[in-house]
Amino acid sequence: MNWLKRIVKKPLFLPLFSVFLVLIINVVYDAVQGNFALEFFRIELKEGALYGRIIDILNRGSEAAILAIGMTLAVSSSAGTDISVGSVMSLSGSLCCMLLAGFGVTHVREVSDLRMPIFVGVIAGIGVAGLCGLFNGFLVAKMKIQPMVATLIFFTAGRAIGLLLTNNKMVYIHLEQFKVFGGKLWIFPTPTVIAALCVAVMAVILRITSLGTYIQSVGINPRASRIAGINSVAIIMLCYIICGLFAGVAGIVATSRIYSADSNNIGLNLELDAILAVALGGNSLGGGRFNLAGSIIGAYTIQAITTTMYALGVAKAQAPVYKAIIVLLIVVVQSPVVKAYFARRRAQKEGALAFAGRG
Amino acid sequence: MNGMKKKSLNSHTILLMITVGLFILLYAFGYFMYGFGDNAKGFEKMQTFLDIFRTNAALICIACGMTCVMLTGGIDISVGSLVALDCMILSVGMENNGISPSLLVPFVLIIGIVFGAVQGYLIGYLQIQPFIVTMAGMFFARGMTAMICTDQVNITAQNWFKELAAVKISMPFELGAVVNKRGVKMVPYVNIPVIVSLVVVIAVFLMLRYTRTGRSMYAVGGNQQSAALMGLNTKRTKMITYILSSFLCSIGGICYCMNTMCGTTTQALGLEMKAISSAVIGGTLLTGGVGNVFGSFVGVLINGTINSIVSFNADLTRLGGTVPNVVSAFLLYVFIMLQAVFAKLRARKQ
Amino acid sequence: MSNEVILSMRGISMTFPGVRALSDVDFTLRSGEIHALMGENGAGKSTLIKCLTGVNDFEKGEIFMGPERRPIRNHSTLEAQKNGISTVYQEVNLCPNLSVAENLFIGREPLTALHTIKRQAMVKRARELMKKLDINVDVTQTLDHYSIALQQMIAIARAVDMECKVLILDEPTSSLDDNEVEKLFSMMRTLRDEGIGIIFVTHFLEQVYAVCDRITVLRNGQLVGEFEISDLPRLKLVAAMMGKDFNDLASIRTKEKTEISPELEIEARGLSHERKIKPFDLDIHKGEVVGLTGLLGSGRSELARTIYGADRAQTGTLKVDGKPAKIKAPIDAMRLGMGLLPDDRKAEGIVEDLSVRENIILAMQSLAGVVKRIPMDKQMEITKKFIELLEIKTPSTETLVKQLSGGNQQKVIIARWLATNPDFLILDEPTRGIDVGTKTEIQKLVIQLAEEGKSVIFISSEIEEMLRACNRLAVLRDGEKVGELTENLTQESVMKVIAGGEQK
Repeated sequence: MNWLKRIVKKPLFLPLFSVFLVLIINVVYDAVQGNFALEFFRIELKEGALYGRIIDILNRGSEAAILAIGMTLAVSSSAGTDISVGSVMSLSGSLCCMLLAGFGVTHVREVSDLRMPIFVGVIAGIGVAGLCGLFNGFLVAKMKIQPMVATLIFFTAGRAIGLLLTNNKMVYIHLEQFKVFGGKLWIFPTPTVIAALCVAVMAVILRITSLGTYIQSVGINPRASRIAGINSVAIIMLCYIICGLFAGVAGIVATSRIYSADSNNIGLNLELDAILAVALGGNSLGGGRFNLAGSIIGAYTIQAITTTMYALGVAKAQAPVYKAIIVLLIVVVQSPVVKAYFARRRAQKEGALAFAGRG
Repeated sequence: MNGMKKKSLNSHTILLMITVGLFILLYAFGYFMYGFGDNAKGFEKMQTFLDIFRTNAALICIACGMTCVMLTGGIDISVGSLVALDCMILSVGMENNGISPSLLVPFVLIIGIVFGAVQGYLIGYLQIQPFIVTMAGMFFARGMTAMICTDQVNITAQNWFKELAAVKISMPFELGAVVNKRGVKMVPYVNIPVIVSLVVVIAVFLMLRYTRTGRSMYAVGGNQQSAALMGLNTKRTKMITYILSSFLCSIGGICYCMNTMCGTTTQALGLEMKAISSAVIGGTLLTGGVGNVFGSFVGVLINGTINSIVSFNADLTRLGGTVPNVVSAFLLYVFIMLQAVFAKLRARKQ
Repeated sequence: MSNEVILSMRGISMTFPGVRALSDVDFTLRSGEIHALMGENGAGKSTLIKCLTGVNDFEKGEIFMGPERRPIRNHSTLEAQKNGISTVYQEVNLCPNLSVAENLFIGREPLTALHTIKRQAMVKRARELMKKLDINVDVTQTLDHYSIALQQMIAIARAVDMECKVLILDEPTSSLDDNEVEKLFSMMRTLRDEGIGIIFVTHFLEQVYAVCDRITVLRNGQLVGEFEISDLPRLKLVAAMMGKDFNDLASIRTKEKTEISPELEIEARGLSHERKIKPFDLDIHKGEVVGLTGLLGSGRSELARTIYGADRAQTGTLKVDGKPAKIKAPIDAMRLGMGLLPDDRKAEGIVEDLSVRENIILAMQSLAGVVKRIPMDKQMEITKKFIELLEIKTPSTETLVKQLSGGNQQKVIIARWLATNPDFLILDEPTRGIDVGTKTEIQKLVIQLAEEGKSVIFISSEIEEMLRACNRLAVLRDGEKVGELTENLTQESVMKVIAGGEQK
């Protein structure tokens, strides 16, 4: 029993265990359906690109993974979640497309029709998302408004502002140069590459600066952090800005995937995936210590769950039901009351054992 | 010493007065902008005013529930999705399965109670953040809606539900009646949902003021620890509050369905935001403990007036239903900031 | 005082994990008396109160109400209230957003047959109650319109109206001004004359002598004794609280200190913080150890925090190293070479979910800024150096600090500040909860720092320790700096200043 307890206590246990569970379900399902049992793991090269279910998961899960990076920091520093990320994604995509096409134009088919270079549009898209993050951060850190109420503003307004920017129409950019962010880079899906890049950048930042220590310190004990000279307002704001910037990147990827600004659908329900990724990654939604790797694995696990659900015949719009149940299960297990209950049970058991030992 | 601090007492009243003033200002703007002159489109008619009630009957019910939840210091963002679920159940039940509304309406109300009880239990007894719980509830209800049917279902079946929805209740004494171009006298009217929503406002007002449960909601929001020390059951109070919110939301859902006569998965998107902003605009503090349903009622009217003005403006209407969302988010922001400023002023004074 | 006994606690014992909080404590309250419960922090006052009100579950002992033979045991504050025991705390436990009348009657409002609240009747009863107790408020106003003092009186009124026989006032006067205190006292006297027994917990000595009839003193979880107020003059009370038999006080002379540089490190003029600290002046020379003494709650921690900027000073000026300094936040003070070891280790010291290494490096890192991360090998070097130097007992550098014992946690925070090589270090209760050997080490460390030319503020509840380490003592009473002692540093002289007042 002891080795089991040790494994369960490892920080990456929860995400890896979930991955394992999903894989098993897939293998069993394939076997029952009479397919090749390891169908799930097959990767092949088709038309110069990698194909396979795992590749598909790595590809589709990129946005959630990118969001999960920022969400992890926001949760860790402020003990609250940023629910505006999905909406901000949509806003960033809409602004990017609007700038590229010009206001009111719905189709761009030639490079010469572009109003500005693609990279300018992309940077503007990411920049506006960063501004949204700044706004959220200001409300949370400076005005001390509950994170979820503060981010609720952009949760509603972000998508709507995006629609205003695109004049309530779909804006298509039919250009390979734009599609590349959501397409393929050599044989790899670009979103996966971008996600990997984002993770790498964040990992390097956390490695060469002391941001990680600052964020966790503020999240664990803001008063002690203050005495030790840390400006918690600045740190929390920074976390929300980072969260916004990554939402912008994810927005560009999602927009490029469908080479159009579809304000109503880009990033829809993705905030749930991002929050779920953080929780599934073994991070407490109550803030404090964080584990970035866990969140990333969590994000891909959720995509694996989603893909599996689709394979099992669940419609896209129905998936949130199951995710909501998973979120609830995780927070119930993490809740102080349930934790206290189990601690009491354990203490009683040990007490009983000790008593038996004496007797 | 004397303890009396007359000046700091008014900040809640000031907020409420700003709200009422804002409503009058907005309505006056619409009234003169689209009532007379070049842009005249009939904003001055009494029916326009009553239509604000008609289109927002559901929101009024929901905002009342939201006010109670926010009084306890919590929040419920599942309401919009729950309305969609209710509408879908009613539509699919009546249209595809031919079930009588006499069964469906109570069923929807029971779903509201059960839904609220689960959320309330998790929040009250397991002490999980209300936001996380109701967010899960929001996605759950929206997903369930899609599980029932992913297409739009219109109610065409003839039954008492449809008849009731079509009932027009004219203003007494033909108040505000106008004669239209074809010479027909049009008496301004409201419908059943308006009556229902007004009854809800009054009932919730009385509940909050004259019952122990109502006062406990205020106490829990004011200082939960004190409330517990004074012998109130804070956990149960919270649970009741969330049950009430979901129940009122289901009543709102029925009203919503009477107005739209259909069910779709994208129905009532962002309604939670409007309910929250109505409550906040109406003077309910995000931190809990302060607010009342009449304020929220005025808040809904403000949101409704904005909708109305937008619908009278051709340029804005072209942009679809998003403008009101932006405006109500902006208003929420302004009022949150006002609350924060007032809170700071009060703290400084003491 | 021949009144009947209304509450007696006999042989109360209770342990927290690892700590004996109360051992065999007796307490007796008679009707119509105001009974002070005195003792320093950690003496067991609050624990005893909590045992009485059902917050804590004591292991041994019995509680009797009045002449009842059957012992009672409360399991919650509600149960205690039903048994006639009500408590009013420093932070008023009422709802600020409800009206005064509602606060008085919530949970027990007069109801109609339909179970709705009779608001008129409630307001009427509230008015009568306020009139009876001579509290001048409009009962329909919300509570937050009234000062803390009035709120406290309303809380007392609620307790009284619930037919309490024993009223516990737990530090009710901490945030009141003199006028308000006087008003509260007259209310207490009125209630006493009506036969209510009042337990008064406070750390203001003057107030005890102003209003109380009897004193029970606790120390280290044990009963020192119960005294009539007239039998226990101030100095004896202080001695009893500190555990010194006053007559046997050996005058421990301080050791001759090394020469102190005439240069000033800190020059504070008229610094103050809200209501907690009245404006004070303080000079600290380079290489000097200044002790701040006074009873707990006298404001000695707050004074130090005001200099450091942990609590921002509202008035006054501060010069550091001869140059005017503006300190808005602790980081400003740190840049000027200061460090603060706070007295509440758990709330303000350790960052419990970070490792020993991260905790030690924290202040140094925040001085370096977020961008310039201290390289890992240097972090390890510093961590290991201090683990060795201070003999921190930890399995590894990466152990979470919450897994260490209290003393070792304290050493980690000391290490955190030593790592920044400060010119001026504030040590607030650095030796609390630490074994004797380590205490001596810390005292040596303080003296060593001074020899290196650094300045130190040293705060401790143990006078001997202060006498050993400090060159000079500043004495505080009730948030005010009341004196400085340089010459003739003996326990006796210090305690006289601490006790102050009528020692003529």
